[in-house]
Parts: sequence; structure tokens; C-alpha cells
Amino acid sequence: MCNTCGCNVTSGNRHLLFTAPPQKLVTAVSVLSNLLKHNDEQAELNRAKFDANGVLAINLMSSPGSGKTALLEATIRQLKDKISIAVIEGDLETENDAERIRAQGVPAYQITTGTACHLDAHLIQHALEHLDLAKIDLLFIENVGNLVCPASFDLGHHRNITLLSVTEGDDKPAKYPVMFRAADLMLITKTDLLPYLDDFSTEKAERCQRQLASHSPVLTLSSRSGEGLAGWLQWLEQEVGDHKARIQRQQTLRPQIQPDGNSLHIQNPETHFRPIKQVG
Amino acid sequence: MHELSLCEDLMNQVTALAKEHQAEKVVRIVVRIGPLSGIEARLLESAFTISRAGTLAEDAELVTEEQPVCVLCNVCGTESAACVNQLICASCGSCDTKLLSGDELILARVELENPD
Repeated sequence: MCNTCGCNVTSGNRHLLFTAPPQKLVTAVSVLSNLLKHNDEQAELNRAKFDANGVLAINLMSSPGSGKTALLEATIRQLKDKISIAVIEGDLETENDAERIRAQGVPAYQITTGTACHLDAHLIQHALEHLDLAKIDLLFIENVGNLVCPASFDLGHHRNITLLSVTEGDDKPAKYPVMFRAADLMLITKTDLLPYLDDFSTEKAERCQRQLASHSPVLTLSSRSGEGLAGWLQWLEQEVGDHKARIQRQQTLRPQIQPDGNSLHIQNPETHFRPIKQVG
Repeated sequence: MHELSLCEDLMNQVTALAKEHQAEKVVRIVVRIGPLSGIEARLLESAFTISRAGTLAEDAELVTEEQPVCVLCNVCGTESAACVNQLICASCGSCDTKLLSGDELILARVELENPD
């Protein structure tokens, strides 16, 4: 009898060795829900709040330093007498951007995220406590400068705008497809610098964008020289008007965040329009 | 790197399901992730080891099923595999396509262990 080959196992003691621990019952639950469900539920509440107040909310995304705040300054200067504008600023630290916006005479609320690299629907919910939506037609949300994470989070806004400044290179859409695919409008900024650059082609940037199967309009402008601003302002005014009409029809609009492929796998595919719910 | 905040959302959903089904613990979590979702499966897995601590999913296994990038051509109707930054039809080369898969970020299945 030894402990090596198993000859010590007899018909008398075998049951002591091979009795399996009692099997627990394992249930498999099919879920098929979006991983960001918690965020998306808050985003829906934010959107309902915007819609109830007739506000068009636009999310600005880009690399740090591509001219989001400068674009807002130029836009507010041109439009503030026609359209009531407010801005939510997202940065890791400082109140600098909100101060620049307030200097233009419109309300701004600064979110400082500390270390978080993106805004989410809950941060926007808290920021909305500091703004009087009833007095606003157009709310810009300037996301944290980052070409990766902000694309994945629905904030409850209606449109995504992605900026690409000419010093960043014309192949940015190919390098950051998730971000550029989310764009409802792509803005090529700082075009006043084009004469100093021999390696940026706006045609190539647009071609990279089209290869993402994106139909988004592409506009070029310089906030500094004012070149191309007219087209952008026209797009904005059209959007504000269209959104008011949409709300009259009890409809709303979602940004390009809800992925097509995703909805094919979810049991109740999400639609682009839904009845407007009154919130609190 | 927002996989950690995503993972917290995932844990909320999973623990809510476990409670709903009166489960003792979570054994396995299956998620489907496409490369166009903006989420790295490897980073999600490492975030998961942090997020699961002290929850019903403490000993759970996270399975990530990576989804292929696949497009349907609106011009010629061909379904083809595509590259993340070239969502073009492999047959006719058109950019006018619809994404069929590749941007999933889905909690597909949770396996729960029930008390005896």
C-alpha cells in the first residue's frame, strides 16, 4: 500500500476520496445591455431637460490646444446678440477657459475633472444645476481635450463636433477612428497657419474622414482671421432653428454616439427619435 | 484610459442582476467588445481585477469576446470585413457603408451561482 500509485484506494474507502463537493446551481442570465447603461440613463435625463427648455446642446471634442475655446470666443462675439448662448467647460484643472468665456459676456460653468480624461453625463447633470436653461438657446459643452475617451460618453447632448487643427496632421481621422466617426461635423481649424505648413492637405483630411464611412460635413475656418467663420455660423443658426422645430414636433436628436452595430445586438434597438419626457 | 469608470458601471449592472436573481455570487461575466468601441479588452480586464474586489463578483471570470469589424455596402450590397480606419467596401471600394459589427460594448451574459 503506498501513496504514489493509488493502490491504497479500495472499494471500501473510494467514496471518501471522490465525493465531489455539492454542486451549486449556476444560472446563466442573458443581458445584452450597453456597458455604459448607468451613464446613458443619466444622459437621457439630461437630454429631456435640454429639450424641455428648448436648448440645443453641442459637444465640442478635439486634442488639447486645437482651438476649441478660441472658436467659442469668436462664435459668441458674432452670435450673442441673436442667440442666447452658455458654455460648460471641461478641464483637468483651472478656471481659465470659463473666465475667457465670461469675458465675452455669456454664462460659463467650469468642470474640473481632476484626473478624469473625459466628461460624463453625471458631471453634466451637476453642472446644469448652475445654469438657467430656460434662458438659453444654445449650450456648448467643451469636453476635456482628448481624442480618445470623450467619444464613448453620451452627455445628453444633440450634436458632436470634432475639431482638427492644421498643425496636428491631416491623417488624424485615420489615427483616431473612434473619435472622428462620432463627429456630426468636422471642423478644420487654424487655417491661417496653412501657408506655413507644407504637409497638411484639407482634401486628405476629408478623404480620411470619408474612409470612416462618415457623411459629416467638413468645414474649414480660422477663429483668429475670421476666414470661413461665416459657413460655421450659418451651420449653427440652422441647427438651432431645426432643433426648435424638432421640439415642436415632440422629437429630439441623438449624436453619433449610439453605435449602429451595437443597436443590432440589443433586444430593443434604440431609435433616433423619442417622445419628450418632462423632468422635475 | 476610462476602462476603470466603465468597469464600475459594469459592476453596478452585474451586482444588481445578482441581487435580482438572489444569487450568492457571480461566476462568469461575458462582454462583447468591438475595436471601434474605444475600449481595450486588455485594459478592461485589468480594471476588472480592481473593480470586482469586495463585490459578489469577487471570484468571477471576465470573458471578453472581441467582435470583428464588418460593413455592409450601401452601393453594391456586399458584406465584407474592414479595417478600423478604412470602413470601405472590399468589393467596390465605396465609402458609403453601414457598420454591421465592430463597435459593440455589450454586457452579453452573466453566470450566477445560486444558494442550494
